[in-house]
Amino acid sequence: MGLKKSGGTSEMGHSKTLAPALRDLWHVIAASQEVPMGGRRVTTLFDTGLTVSRNERLRVARNDDGTLLPVIERYGCIWTSFGSPSADLFPILEYGESDRRNIIAGSIGVNVSAPRAIENFLDMGHFPYVHTDILGAEPHTEVKEYDVEISFERDEILATRCRFFQPKAALTATEGQDVDYIYRVPHPYCSVLYKSCPTDESRLDVIAIFCQPMTEETIRAHLMLSMIDADNTDAGIRRFQQTIFGQDRPILENQYPKRLPLDPRAETPIRADKSAIAYRRWLSQKGVNYGVIPQQLS
Amino acid sequence: MVTLYDFELSANCYSVRLMLSILGVHYETVSVDIYPGSDNRSEWFGKLNPEGTLPVLVDGGYIISDANPCLIHLAGKYDDTDRWHPIQDWMVYPLMLGWFDFARRLTASAGVARTGVAFGWNADLPALQAEAHRLLRRLDEHLWFGEKQGRDWLVAGEHPTIADIAVFPDVVLSEEGGVSRQDYPAVRRWLDRVRRIPGFVVMSGVFPAAPERSTVPLDLRRS
Repeated sequence: MGLKKSGGTSEMGHSKTLAPALRDLWHVIAASQEVPMGGRRVTTLFDTGLTVSRNERLRVARNDDGTLLPVIERYGCIWTSFGSPSADLFPILEYGESDRRNIIAGSIGVNVSAPRAIENFLDMGHFPYVHTDILGAEPHTEVKEYDVEISFERDEILATRCRFFQPKAALTATEGQDVDYIYRVPHPYCSVLYKSCPTDESRLDVIAIFCQPMTEETIRAHLMLSMIDADNTDAGIRRFQQTIFGQDRPILENQYPKRLPLDPRAETPIRADKSAIAYRRWLSQKGVNYGVIPQQLS
Repeated sequence: MVTLYDFELSANCYSVRLMLSILGVHYETVSVDIYPGSDNRSEWFGKLNPEGTLPVLVDGGYIISDANPCLIHLAGKYDDTDRWHPIQDWMVYPLMLGWFDFARRLTASAGVARTGVAFGWNADLPALQAEAHRLLRRLDEHLWFGEKQGRDWLVAGEHPTIADIAVFPDVVLSEEGGVSRQDYPAVRRWLDRVRRIPGFVVMSGVFPAAPERSTVPLDLRRS
């Protein structure tokens, strides 16, 4: 079994062997605020029950055999791994800037696979229809040409030169504006978005989605914000982001199949889906085998 | 001045927002971060509503907690026609109270399943979903027979009442708690009728009604 901890005898809660590319990664399992000092929380990762507790130190243990797993705390969240993870997570340098508001807007359960959620996060085409009068509005529906690259050096996908008209790009926006977007996918189940900051044109607001694959078709989405916003309350900022995510939820949950097909012939992309095509190819090359329908070699 | 203490993703808050919008009442919103902030357990909110539940409506110094009392207050005060809250009609009024009770049971089943899935709160999902299906089946029957009798709404004949607004949110959001409405066609038609009430507003997870079907018979449309 791919998930077997050295010396252990336990197996994953289901019969699948996790690809090494997933096994040796850090995966999010809770927001830090969900496990306060003295607190304890039971959750699920890759069909496996885990308990996170915080006393003298933060601990993550498997529920089946009590094995302790590695743990780090980054970007307002708690992360663990079933294998031998690298020393640190992917960097989000802006997170450390002293004047930023770093907020976890919520950890929300959704009946969808993690890759479908990431793909939706990358998609600008749905803004006018699903986030009407917030992230888009008719007739401004065109997704203009943008660039996508897979960086082998940093092992991540980068979509740049994205531009979209948004009536209310953030809680701080007072009027509609053309908003610049940069998307990063530095982890199969995480994406980081940089967008024009309405109050400071020299800087970018950061919004990240960290998906916790509980099963192949259910996730918890942890939404992390790192904003330049001196005016609004945490509650207000969270509400804005929860509203948007709440609009996405029925769209996510009604996609079939729920797992993401990696065969390029399975679903018909349009030009606007350039980043999704790169994402699917990248997952395929990594051998990601959870939350996806792998490409059948014929 | 009307102030609504509100959480965007709450179905009960949504029913009050719906009623405010349908009646054209101007109001301001105070966001209460129930999740993940637990603001409803805070000291300041406890002074407003010791039960720690939302919505809370403050209207001219009066504080009204919970969805159904808020709906009664709004219809009583702001609907001059009395159609939304036909308190004079002793045939209709008791039925309306029955549907308020129905709405509560729907919140306790479909609603708790939905927040259980979304926020990871403890919930016995299979039991809650089974109870929600039982209630939806009853609702579907009631609406189906209503359609046969020319009754489009839960109680009154020609006009919706606050009972419709009380029941609507947990029904329209049921799929987020894993409760499909596929088997309840009369419920789906009623949802569309509610969505076409002038002043209807959406919330996250709720979409506006599709354009009304053409009444031109199919064979004429083709030519």
